[in-house]
Amino acid sequence: MLYLSVIVLIPLAAVVVKAFSSGLGSLWSSIDNTLTLHALVITVGASLIVAAVGAVMGTLVAWVLVRDSFPGKRVVNSLIDLPFALPTVVAGLTLIALYGPNSPVGIHLAYTRGAVLVALLFVTLPFVARSVQPVLIELDREVEEAAASLGASNMTTFRRIVLPALRPAIISGAALAFARSVGEFGSLALIAGKVQIASIVIYADIESGSEQAAAALSVVLMAIALAVLFALRRFGARVDR
Amino acid sequence: MSLRALALLYLTLLLLAPLAIVFGRTFEHGIGTAWAFVTTPAAVSAFSLSVLIAVIAVPLNTIFGVGCAMVLARSRAPRAGKGILDALIDLPFVVSPVIAGLALILVYGQGGWFGSAFLNNGIRIIYAVPGMVIATVFVSLPFVVREVTPVLREVGDEQEQAAATLGASSWQTFWRVTLPTIRWGVAYGVVLTTARALGEIGAILVVSSNVAGSTLTLPLLLYQRDDQVGGQVTTSVYALATELAVISVAVLLLMTLFGSRREKSG
Repeated sequence: MLYLSVIVLIPLAAVVVKAFSSGLGSLWSSIDNTLTLHALVITVGASLIVAAVGAVMGTLVAWVLVRDSFPGKRVVNSLIDLPFALPTVVAGLTLIALYGPNSPVGIHLAYTRGAVLVALLFVTLPFVARSVQPVLIELDREVEEAAASLGASNMTTFRRIVLPALRPAIISGAALAFARSVGEFGSLALIAGKVQIASIVIYADIESGSEQAAAALSVVLMAIALAVLFALRRFGARVDR
Repeated sequence: MSLRALALLYLTLLLLAPLAIVFGRTFEHGIGTAWAFVTTPAAVSAFSLSVLIAVIAVPLNTIFGVGCAMVLARSRAPRAGKGILDALIDLPFVVSPVIAGLALILVYGQGGWFGSAFLNNGIRIIYAVPGMVIATVFVSLPFVVREVTPVLREVGDEQEQAAATLGASSWQTFWRVTLPTIRWGVAYGVVLTTARALGEIGAILVVSSNVAGSTLTLPLLLYQRDDQVGGQVTTSVYALATELAVISVAVLLLMTLFGSRREKSG
């Protein structure tokens, strides 16, 4: 507990104290300017898109890995963890290499919002896939077969039988992906260019010595991420019952 | 297009193609050139600093992680208390690394809550290696706890109780019974911690003074080099990226190995 306090809790408390150090009014005024609000909107918007796309593609990937069989499946299975193993700067750099100025495929995404989305999809790929996979493995196939034998189409079976069982896993994976996206820095530092991302604005504020502004934006970001995590826990508790 | 093709295409475009290009760019002037870039004094010292930080941070978080998991899964503390601890441990995953860095500056930096006390005794934390170690510990703290707690819950405490009735002290029980059961979970958590420790940039960037040769880790060196050339990525940057990527592929192999062992034993 002492360890946790010294490393995590006391420093985070310091951020909150700093943000409120000159009253609630100044906290608001340091957020309420076009640049900061813009950054917040873009960050949260991008994270929502990433969570949604990630939920769909992550489920698809998990489905293929569990239900399909093809040569090289085990390799693909370990590849899913690559974004966790690869340093995020390298992730950003690889995307610049592919979609940047000297792009071999002629797609110039780097330094745009598109690049931010791709980078976030990259780093959050494992969350949904890895949370859906175990549930899908445990899922009883007989119910699906029963549905099919009663004349349900593939789509109906998936929507009415499989999806309800997977929903908690998909939602918790997507929520983690969202929380990660809101705070992501490493992979975006190189690729975001002039796109204002909240974590990059915080970094710029720290570098220019305006710790108060940085702390204010930090508190807002933490509040958003914590709200998502809290909602997730409530949801999980409800499903458990 | 079948689902399989769609899933594989998505993975290829997102994961494999970008990596392949980085490898290609690294070696386009031959292996010798690439090797020369990763053996410059700056690159070598960045590599050793990365390793040094990981060597300090990973054992700390492993000991804390196993201890904390024991508390969460075994102690008879009130449920509410454990619930709070459980939620607090996830904080480093939720908080942006940049915010972590800022938080450490506000506490341990000049004019921070404890910073002046340390500085007066000649201990420099922020903009020096100790701060970078603390930042790394911060961002990689939850991994071991998160991996070990479910294993402990899963195996139950019957064997531990049996050991206790046979007269084993709690220390003996831990070393002889508990630890061997959870070893693959611990190993997996350690690998995840190491990967994060070696690759972290956000938190470290904030608390490092960014001086090549003393306080630059590999990811920082990469970031700084790229910053300087302004978008025109050079072979030296690609070489560093490949070095990091090779390390992470090794980590990935360990993850796969420990991950499957853990599933078998758990």
